[in-house]
Amino acid sequence: MSVTPFIVLSAILFTIGAVGVLTRRNAIVVFMCVELMLNASNLALVTFSRANGNLDGQIAAFFVMVVAAAEVVVGLAIIMTIFRTRRSASVDDASLLKY
Amino acid sequence: MTTAMTAHVLMHAPPVVDPSSAHGVFSILWLVIALPALGAVVLLLGGKRTDRWGHLLGVATVATSFLLSLILFISLLGRHSGNRQVSQHLWTWFTAGSYHVEFGLLYDQLSALFLLLITGVGALIHVYSVGYMEHDDRRRRFFGYLNLFITAMLILVLASDFVGVFLGWEGVGLASYLLIGFWQHKPTAAAAAKKAFVINRIGDIGLSLGASLIFVTFGSTSFAVVSANAHNASSGTLTAIGLLLLLAACGKSAQFPLQSWLLDAMEGPTPVSALIHAATMVTAGVYLIVRSNFIFSLTENARTGVIVVGCITLLMGAVIGCAKDDIKKALAGSTMSQIGYMVLAAGLGPAGYAFAIFHLLTHGFFKANMFLGAGSVMHGMDDDVNMRHYGALRKAMPYTFATFSIGYLAILGVPPFAGFWSKDKIIEAAFGDNLVVGLCALIGAGVTAFYMTRLMLLTFLSEKRWEKDVHPHESPTVMTVPLMALAGLSAVGGLLLVNNWITTWLSPVVGAHVEHKLGVGSVGMSLIALVVVVLGAAIAWQLVGQRPIPTVAPEKVSFLTRAARADLYGDAFNDEVIVKPGVAGIRGLLVFDATIVDGIVEGLAAAFTAVSNAFRHVQNGFVRSYALMLFAGALVVLFALLAVNFG
Amino acid sequence: MIGFWILAPVMVVAALGLLFARKAVHAALTLAVVMISLAVLYLIEDAPFLFAVQIIVYTGAILMLFLFVLMLVGVDASDSIVETIRGHRLVSIIVGLGFGLTLVLGVAQVSFGSAVGLVSANKDGNIPAIAKILFTRYVFAFEVTSALLITAALGAMVLAHRERLTPKPTQAALAAQRMRDYADKGTHLGPLPPPGVFARHNSVDTPALLPDGTAAEASISRVLAARGTVKSVPEISADIHELEGGEDS
Repeated sequence: MSVTPFIVLSAILFTIGAVGVLTRRNAIVVFMCVELMLNASNLALVTFSRANGNLDGQIAAFFVMVVAAAEVVVGLAIIMTIFRTRRSASVDDASLLKY
Repeated sequence: MTTAMTAHVLMHAPPVVDPSSAHGVFSILWLVIALPALGAVVLLLGGKRTDRWGHLLGVATVATSFLLSLILFISLLGRHSGNRQVSQHLWTWFTAGSYHVEFGLLYDQLSALFLLLITGVGALIHVYSVGYMEHDDRRRRFFGYLNLFITAMLILVLASDFVGVFLGWEGVGLASYLLIGFWQHKPTAAAAAKKAFVINRIGDIGLSLGASLIFVTFGSTSFAVVSANAHNASSGTLTAIGLLLLLAACGKSAQFPLQSWLLDAMEGPTPVSALIHAATMVTAGVYLIVRSNFIFSLTENARTGVIVVGCITLLMGAVIGCAKDDIKKALAGSTMSQIGYMVLAAGLGPAGYAFAIFHLLTHGFFKANMFLGAGSVMHGMDDDVNMRHYGALRKAMPYTFATFSIGYLAILGVPPFAGFWSKDKIIEAAFGDNLVVGLCALIGAGVTAFYMTRLMLLTFLSEKRWEKDVHPHESPTVMTVPLMALAGLSAVGGLLLVNNWITTWLSPVVGAHVEHKLGVGSVGMSLIALVVVVLGAAIAWQLVGQRPIPTVAPEKVSFLTRAARADLYGDAFNDEVIVKPGVAGIRGLLVFDATIVDGIVEGLAAAFTAVSNAFRHVQNGFVRSYALMLFAGALVVLFALLAVNFG
Repeated sequence: MIGFWILAPVMVVAALGLLFARKAVHAALTLAVVMISLAVLYLIEDAPFLFAVQIIVYTGAILMLFLFVLMLVGVDASDSIVETIRGHRLVSIIVGLGFGLTLVLGVAQVSFGSAVGLVSANKDGNIPAIAKILFTRYVFAFEVTSALLITAALGAMVLAHRERLTPKPTQAALAAQRMRDYADKGTHLGPLPPPGVFARHNSVDTPALLPDGTAAEASISRVLAARGTVKSVPEISADIHELEGGEDS
């Protein structure tokens, strides 16, 4: 089982996630795209773990998941709070901090 | 000066300062300085608590210093003439690399005389001030300043190092500033103090640069090292050092071209004028030149400069003294002139050093005497200084008149009073050097006779011209006793020349005395000088004594009189040549600053503002734009990684 | 490897769905597809523990959380995929394509060699092996994650909490307020009109008709109106006509 296809898939998923972050306006979808990027990197970590024959990559992927969980909890709470005050979940609406 | 003369000087290399360290009675040397310093500290820091007895402490410290100086002097007399230089090392002042400045004292034949003059005349003037300043609320402070001055002056003449001299030099400058402006409520006094301070600063720059150059040349500033190595330095360097020291002397001793502060300095209380601006501080320049004889003896050019300065100043001072109606300013002009004599003598080299010091001492006696006499007159005339309001005071103030007359005869150079011996010797030495210089000195003596006779006529003789409600009276005993003591010294000061004592005494410090034989001989020269003096006095008698004296100075006078009244346009000259171009330069700089400097700075600021304004639109508030920039940055990093790995 | 080649196109298509799905719910569903496929890939790559965690944490917990928030936030104009920042989408796509191509080409250039495989590492089973590393070498990091999770939970509570600043209105106060609104602004005093009663598909999406035949906007839910699923008046009138015509025929 070769390694390169997994890594290429990981790269493609990461790029799609990044473009999603850039183009989507709904904060929740943007967040989903961030999760996609994290998952793409997890795939790379697991693949490298197999390529190197030790489990450190899997441990790293595990920690990424933990951090992602914490991040999602706080991030969604922030989105909720913003939505509550501004009646909008668009990232473009929160644009007061500018020139 | 002829080249033969120069060779002659070089043959007799100037003596080296090589003191033995102090022990026995000489170990009290530091006390001479410490006592007035203690007085100054107690009086200035003690505040109002010391008001009642402060003046007594001031007198006591200086009087004790005088007694110590006397003991030291007698001990020095007891020593062998080759063993009369004593040094006392107090502490290491500062150290920088190989440069050490030791705070040490040098007690030799020269400083011994100065110690006696400063503490002796200082003590007498302290006593006099007790009476003179009796009604002044700030008498305690006055005595604090006087003690500070004595301390600084003693440091100046006792220091064994140019840096130590500089410390004393600045100290006397400060004390002089404080005392000229003592009546600071008078704007004229405040301005005079500031003027004296600023002009003295120019001289101080000369001293500090001179000391720096000495350090660069010799690697040390102590007299001992410099005097031992002076002959190794190049003549150009020595001339430069000499001229810088001359600049310093010009500032402190009110010599041309830095003379203009002395006349204004008369705004200070009269004892100050007597002590600082007649007897001691203004002679510091002469002391500096004589002390640095190991430099001046080796540089004929610098000495020529000294002679020129001395000649110009002695004539200028005398001419100014002729036209002044203010008794203190007339005396100040006379001081300038007399110090011109000393500087001239000092410029003559080994032929004149001893006479410069001799005249300095006698002048210290008779000029302090006359200043105190003038103070006594002012005391009796309700502080009026205009001589046109005096007249016929000899009956009202017999003691003052008697003592002042002795001072008058002394300054004129009438035998056997002190001035005769000292001034005649200078004139004689001047003729020995150069005919023009000698004529200057001789004419100066005649003019001196003129203005002093005029002063005497206006003040003590002629008819009464008193203002209303002025009742002249003799001053209290506490003031007349110092007058009598100083008059006594003015009368017998010439004794120092008996058997050429002073030249012999000073020769280990300034080198062997060089005598010039004049065609007319010493006695003939004295007779010629006496004739000129009598002539000057007679002209004054004719012009002033035989005519009615107007109480207001007449306006229609000759150009020379007008020029002399305006201090020979010294201030006007300074104003035109230094102050106005300076002000114009500052104005120009202001414009330069406002347009060019500010223009550059503000232009830069405006450019940055414009650039920032253009770039701030990048901050559009959309988080997605920021993310895009981040992502583009990641792309760049990726390219860089690939370029490094596969490039 | 066959599993990979089956799943990989599915995942890419599903991920692209994130970019193009108009509705957030659809995006969440495509993300679920990606995540489950990923879990299977983990299984393929000898990571059964991560397979379970991926299903439980990501698909089970995180995606559910997304859906909950979607439910709370509701429908929003930001669902639109029309670009509002000028030139942004074009630049994003160019940079994204450049990034993706560079990354893929760069990765393809690298020779990873043959994979060592996890047979020896997993010889006592994957989960005991992970546990051994996690509780020895990474025990400190593991403990720190507990602090992180507690902090995150507290943070979410603080952020989501809304302090009540005014007393809760009583029934009487609400009634008084309604009367005051009527007096001041002429707000309708009674309850909102019920939706239409023509029970064809979903009567809630049909506005009630006023006596003059126009639709009563107040009779339908605001959310349904925003989603555009409300029947327009012409449609309704067509329905009515059909019904009437049917009676006629």
